Amino acid sequence: MSESSGAVPMVRAERVHKSFGPLKVLKGIDLEVAPREVFCLIGPSGSGKSTFLRCINHLEKINAGRLWVDGELVGYRQHRGKLYELKDREVASKRRDIGMVFQRFNLFPHMTALENVMEAPVHVKRESKASARERAMKLLDRVGLADKAPNYPSQLSGGQQQRVAIARALAMEPKLMLFDEPTSALDPELVGDVLDVMRGLAEDGMTMVVVTHEMGFAREVGDALVFMDDGVVVEAGHPREVLTNPQHERTKSFLSKVL
Amino acid sequence: MTVPTDKEPSATPAAPPPSPEAIVAIPVRHYGRWISAVVALSVLGLIGYAFSQGDVNYGAIPDYFFNDQILRGVRNTVWLTFLAMLLGVGLGVVLAVMRLSKNPVNSALAWFYIWFFRGTPVYVQLLVWINLGIVFKTINLGFYQDEWADFMTPFLAALLGLGLNEAAYMAEIVRAGIQSVDEGQTEASHALGMSHGKTLRRVVLPQAMRVIVPPTGNEFINMLKTTSLVIAVAYFDLLQAAQDVGSESGAAVEMLFLASVWYVILTTVFSIGQYYLERRYARGSARRLPPTPFQRVRANLRSLRRPEVAK
Repeated sequence: MSESSGAVPMVRAERVHKSFGPLKVLKGIDLEVAPREVFCLIGPSGSGKSTFLRCINHLEKINAGRLWVDGELVGYRQHRGKLYELKDREVASKRRDIGMVFQRFNLFPHMTALENVMEAPVHVKRESKASARERAMKLLDRVGLADKAPNYPSQLSGGQQQRVAIARALAMEPKLMLFDEPTSALDPELVGDVLDVMRGLAEDGMTMVVVTHEMGFAREVGDALVFMDDGVVVEAGHPREVLTNPQHERTKSFLSKVL
Repeated sequence: MTVPTDKEPSATPAAPPPSPEAIVAIPVRHYGRWISAVVALSVLGLIGYAFSQGDVNYGAIPDYFFNDQILRGVRNTVWLTFLAMLLGVGLGVVLAVMRLSKNPVNSALAWFYIWFFRGTPVYVQLLVWINLGIVFKTINLGFYQDEWADFMTPFLAALLGLGLNEAAYMAEIVRAGIQSVDEGQTEASHALGMSHGKTLRRVVLPQAMRVIVPPTGNEFINMLKTTSLVIAVAYFDLLQAAQDVGSESGAAVEMLFLASVWYVILTTVFSIGQYYLERRYARGSARRLPPTPFQRVRANLRSLRRPEVAK
């Protein structure tokens, strides 16, 4: 895949709407994430940024609009102008190319760190155990936790658990990584280790969509930034511009509270 | 500065200050424990005395304890318990998954099954199974066909009656277990591209086990005793054996005592097994494992002993 601006966007959203019953969470989101880009989503809680992230890998179904990942519709197939829902199996197979990291880690507590990382390659991709183990050890080494391979999640700190969770997502060799407030549940002194791992990923050219409250990370690593509030994109641009010179009142008032 | 060690000239400066004297106090006396123990023991003694004065031939119990018929009944009871529980657990898991399925047909079927089997007494169900010949004169499974009366043996009626009823209860236990697992676990495995079935087998059920095992042990012990109802379909279980032996030997009530002793022995053995199984599943989640029964008995005896004041 080339880096040129003419390439297919990794994520494209067109007037995406999502509501939970009467509650409208997303009210027409338009955005594009280019390949190899680090795309940051910021905004107050309840603004819909996490919901939008979950729509990208179809953990939530959108109600209106269109959403594409790597040129393919998310959750549907279009044929002669009609939309057909994808079967569970097809949805699952598309998710294999999209890694996701959760705020609360969601490691499997009954498996060791190594088993967590090996689980999907062995049981979804049908990779041999030996080769999955070898790759899992390399990934754990990459996130700085090779020595924790035999430990259970309950024996790891929050920061270590989150880094294992990143390794687990990378084990499927995704083309896109989604991060849902990956450092929000961590003690302040553990945040740095996780951000370092994410910075390394960005340098290796991984396409990343990051919902975050870490403005320092967004400014330093981000290629694009969107400020969301009340289900709409209020302001978009390069992180340094938006964060240092916000144009909208709502952006200004939000940033004045978090910076 | 008024630090005491500075003031005392006799204290050697190099020696660390001595640790304070250990507390010597008279412990609280638990008179209530002694009183309740005396009351309980005397009531038990009176009951025991009444039984010893009754017209009971206690010698018959040890005489027939290892009687061939009785042992055959014990074997049949244990065997039936295992098979009925196996059927109950297997079908219960299937029903629980159906009940939680997004498929409305599956979910409604499971709901109906549970509603029906929990709504009728198991004794009635046993009687219905053995008498279903009134509806089905013959059975034809393609590869196997027979008269219903020959097909529905007492053993099969007992197994189906107990196992299918148990499945309804197990389904609810398994459902509670599945629902106790954090939703984030399902989301994480879906995000990795795992299918619903794989998520259930690899992620949800292993974590649900901790909630499922204790009530299942309870069901197991319950089943062991409920098998005594299969006398309704003339299956030769422990109770049937005791009654047969009782009518032959003329010691009918004594044989009921004998059967009770056997039931208590069997449930005790299974209770111990259940306790250690639960202990195993508590590993990793509980910080400290609960004490084994022996450790607990020893701890209780120690508390009854007169407390020593100072050691």
